[in-house]
Amino acid sequence: MSDLVETAELTEAETIGADGVSLEALPPFARFIFRGPEGAAQAVTEAFGISLPREACRARVAADRAALWLGPDEWLLLAPQSDEAAIADEATSRAGALPFSLVDVSHRQVAFRLSGPRAATVLSGGNPLDLDLSAFPVGMCTRTVLAKAEIVLWRTGPDSFHIEVWRSFAPYVRDFLREHMREFGN
Amino acid sequence: MPDSLTTTFGTTPAAAGPAREPFRTTAGGRIDRARPLAFRFDGKTYAGVQGDTLASALLANGVHLVGRSFKYHRPRGIMTAGSDEPNALVTVSRDAARTTPNLRATQVELYDGLAAISQNRFPSLAFDVGAINDRISSLLPAGFYYKTFMWPRGFWDRVYEPLIRSAAGLGRVPTAPDPDRYLQRHAHCDVLVIGAGPAGLAAALAAADAGARVILCDEQAEMGGSLLADRQSTIAGRPASAWVAEALAELAGHERVTLLPRTTAFGYYPHNHLGLVERATDHLAAPSTEVPRERLWQVRAREVVLAAGALERPLTFPENDRPGIMLADAAHTYVARYGVLPGRRAVVAAANDSGYRAALALAEEGVEIAAIADLRRAPSGAWLDAARKAGLPVQTGMTVTGTSGSLRVDGVSLASVEDGGEVGATRDVGCDLLLMAGGWTPSVHLFSQSLGKLRFDEALQAYVPGIAAQPIRAAGGADGEYGLEEALSGGQRAGVEAAAAAGVSGASPRVFVTVSPPADTSSVLGALPHPTASRGRDPSRVRAFVDFQNDSTAKDLKLAVREGFRSVEHAKRYTTTGMATDQGKTSNMPMLGVLSQAQGKTIPEVGFTTFRPPFTPTTFGIFAGAARGELFDPARRTPIHPWAAAHGAVFEDVGLWKRARYFPQRHRNGAAEDMDAAVARECLAVRQGVGIFDATTLGKIEVVGPDAAEFMNRMYINPWAKLGVGRCRYGVMLREDGFVLDDGVVGRIAPDRFHVTTTTGGAASVLNMMEDYLQTEWADLQVWLTSVTEQWAVIAVQGPRARDVLAPLVDGIDLSAGALPHMALAEGRICGVPTRLFRVSFTGELGFEVNVPAGYGRQVWEAIHESGQPYGITPYGTETMHVLRAEKGFIIVGQETDGTATPDDVGLGWAIGKAKPDFVGKRSLTRSGMMDPGRKQLAGLVSADGQTVLEEGAQLVGDARMNVPMSVLGHVTSSYYSAVLGHPIALAMLAGGRSRHGETLYVPMPRGLAGSIAPIAVKVVPPVFYDPEGTRLDV
Repeated sequence: MSDLVETAELTEAETIGADGVSLEALPPFARFIFRGPEGAAQAVTEAFGISLPREACRARVAADRAALWLGPDEWLLLAPQSDEAAIADEATSRAGALPFSLVDVSHRQVAFRLSGPRAATVLSGGNPLDLDLSAFPVGMCTRTVLAKAEIVLWRTGPDSFHIEVWRSFAPYVRDFLREHMREFGN
Repeated sequence: MPDSLTTTFGTTPAAAGPAREPFRTTAGGRIDRARPLAFRFDGKTYAGVQGDTLASALLANGVHLVGRSFKYHRPRGIMTAGSDEPNALVTVSRDAARTTPNLRATQVELYDGLAAISQNRFPSLAFDVGAINDRISSLLPAGFYYKTFMWPRGFWDRVYEPLIRSAAGLGRVPTAPDPDRYLQRHAHCDVLVIGAGPAGLAAALAAADAGARVILCDEQAEMGGSLLADRQSTIAGRPASAWVAEALAELAGHERVTLLPRTTAFGYYPHNHLGLVERATDHLAAPSTEVPRERLWQVRAREVVLAAGALERPLTFPENDRPGIMLADAAHTYVARYGVLPGRRAVVAAANDSGYRAALALAEEGVEIAAIADLRRAPSGAWLDAARKAGLPVQTGMTVTGTSGSLRVDGVSLASVEDGGEVGATRDVGCDLLLMAGGWTPSVHLFSQSLGKLRFDEALQAYVPGIAAQPIRAAGGADGEYGLEEALSGGQRAGVEAAAAAGVSGASPRVFVTVSPPADTSSVLGALPHPTASRGRDPSRVRAFVDFQNDSTAKDLKLAVREGFRSVEHAKRYTTTGMATDQGKTSNMPMLGVLSQAQGKTIPEVGFTTFRPPFTPTTFGIFAGAARGELFDPARRTPIHPWAAAHGAVFEDVGLWKRARYFPQRHRNGAAEDMDAAVARECLAVRQGVGIFDATTLGKIEVVGPDAAEFMNRMYINPWAKLGVGRCRYGVMLREDGFVLDDGVVGRIAPDRFHVTTTTGGAASVLNMMEDYLQTEWADLQVWLTSVTEQWAVIAVQGPRARDVLAPLVDGIDLSAGALPHMALAEGRICGVPTRLFRVSFTGELGFEVNVPAGYGRQVWEAIHESGQPYGITPYGTETMHVLRAEKGFIIVGQETDGTATPDDVGLGWAIGKAKPDFVGKRSLTRSGMMDPGRKQLAGLVSADGQTVLEEGAQLVGDARMNVPMSVLGHVTSSYYSAVLGHPIALAMLAGGRSRHGETLYVPMPRGLAGSIAPIAVKVVPPVFYDPEGTRLDV
């Protein structure tokens, strides 16, 4: 597609480790915000290959793609970077005349994975939600905050969180989490 | 660091063989005698042991005098053994920056090398010149400040305030930045138990048994509360301390229980949100920098069990504040828990059995009990019997009429009280320790903070928790359940109920078989009986302290009542009783007692005062948490930022963004250009050649859906229906009140898709307002919003050569004026990556704004910069952007507008779609005041001398000779030197500005001597200074 290499605010794909928790910057994804009514959601389900979760704050995964419920008419779609163009084309053709909005936000945000038995504890340094598994189970996702940054937080495993953040806030999120990992010996 | 600290915290090693502690018992207690520690107090080295507090270690060395009181500088000692301590405030310091004043010595855990100093004394604790206040105390009555510092008025600022400020406060604030780290943590639980004494442990066990998520916090290093000093009781056949260890082990084994020792619940907020502070490292000799010093826990608890215990009350008698006078329960704690004798010869003044328990414990360790002066007329019970059996001298129906001693109590005057209340002859008893057992006060601070109603319990003579306002219940001493069995069963009941209320039930109740001597816990309130003037000292001349920390006395309270301060809240403020850092823990009930006596009212009639956070003083550090330095705020940087930084840009903060303000070049001699020179150079480069500018921070919103144009029509003042695909329009958005909220260029990408730009600072609020209207007003519209601010990097290429620079880089885009006229856009590729390329201009020159996916921003920027080299392409910053737009009379929202400007005011009336039925703010624009021709309108100004650059914000007047206050016509909103015009220019908001073109006005500026004004003459001109015909745009 281009000779240019994408650059990120987080230049090196770094991993910050500590006892019981590690933070990893994830590679680029294709990302779309899909917004629209039920009919279009069905069409996008077919185009994207994942039934968009209708339950609030839930994510659904199939193969290397994921759909995260962000609002009653809003989903974040994640896929491998190489699928970017195909997803847009497929959705547009499947939806036909149905009204909807599909916006490419691949470059808008970046992702981290925070994992380990202490991951929830570290997040609690800046996130006010109850991250107990009973209250925030695996597969739950939500737009929320990490201290002064807005994030999308998605629990991908009992001890694993996927964090989406707008790119200019990414260094802050990384540094904030690192500050809260220090006492665990990173 | 104050001089006094420097000498005290010198570098001499502390462990220089201090003497053995003369007041330490040989065995017993919860200290570790095998681990000796050395510490310094006021420069002198002492010995202590692991497990000591600073207070217990000082007492083990016979040191009672530890501070001077706030107002009268009276010598003060250690009165309590916990967080209720009003007197023993010390400064503990590790170094100049790690210095904390006003710590309660009773809560400071001893570590090897600890260094502390006393406060509020000069030059030394034993000899303090401030003690003169004590001699002239009759001149310092209640309300002294209000009565004295009134006249003359001129003294308020320059004499009285500095005087009061220098006298106010205790301890000294360290001046170096705090090097310690502080963190915060959010936590959720079913049941938060505050206090780990018998009631708290039982509650936590019960809730944990039920399967609840439990947090148990306790302000002390060791959990167990009163059980840690309880030598008499057994629980389930085990000594109390052994039961504590088992209970804690059991709780620690529960996966869903969090134990937080050294953690004070300091604040109770709405919706059962509590603030806890965990002191993680203050007790360590060499703390790791990786561990935060303190952590703020923000706990959201479904249910709270308050098991904070009860505090013993001091007695109100003359000179009750000398070092060596302490609470009976504290003395018991020092003996039983810390193995420390607080004296050799004790007098005990007791209103209940607490005094007997202390006397027996002291006697057992060899302390001579000179007298037990029982305030009760006819006491009885096991404790009295035990005292008599031990041969302790008990006298009943007694009162204390005074004490003697200078730096330590050396005697106490006792007298009997006859049946009629008459006080008999006094008898002086020598002693070095006087204990007070005045009854108990449930620690209801947090219940009161939670806005629960307190109830006065006549039998207990104390306020206890009444009707709760939040899900909180009290147990144990905090609920007036003073006996061990009551506390355990009350705690268990509270734990079960709290768990059930939190939706967790299934606990099997435990039965605690306890053996504990029953104790009378009655109390006295108010000043103790005192002989009349004819029999002893004049009662109006003696001072019985009520609030030890703020030095307020029973006499002060009585004076306040005489002067008309009837309400307890007024009397409290007038005398400052209960307003010290101890939050009235020891003074609140005695104050109510004295007020009750003085007013002849019952305690409930007197009322009570409100407890406020924090329960104990709290550092600022925990509230800041990690938000310091680099983490104070997110610093948002564009993808082009590293290039700008590498090219010497000077940045400015715009919201959270760091934006390049200008790019100073180095002169040949190595000096950098100043801002004026850099901006002038950058401006001319854009006007004459081409400039490149990072506009990435502009807010961007993608508006998509079949009703997108209709939505835009309603949100913006402009008409959108007829805007063609591939065309752009400058849009203005109002608030409902008709005032300009935001502006920006909007491009139509497709019939159902708009690319909306907003100001950098307005991005979030504009999106919120749009979403708000969509969700609440126009749910019928099929249109959806997505923020794409960070999806696109935006590179503005501006100047006559802009087209030449971009032409070689684009693919599939015809940049010619015919194909891409001003205010058009094209999609295609640049440098091989997708772009939305806008032909727009905020400079008045031929211009393009290149949008590319943010990840490619840096490289496309560099490619354009490279392509522009033959044309001398010049990077420019926000300052140059401001000048260029001002030369064209383009407004900046937030600079020309201030939330009170209509579109017409700022010359944008032309943008309004006149045919539209409605848009946000339309109706407001038709109000008569909004159409007044005399409103402030945008105008241009040039200085009459052609040289003076006006100050932004300066006022405009019509007549320079007016006296202050002048009638003002408007103000300068933007002002710059225009390099291309060769003179300064300014924009202003000026009353009737459009009809004043050609007038001469004045900008009065302060000059020279204070109060003198030098007016600057300015000429009003149209606001477009450069190329008013716009010929440079259409090339």
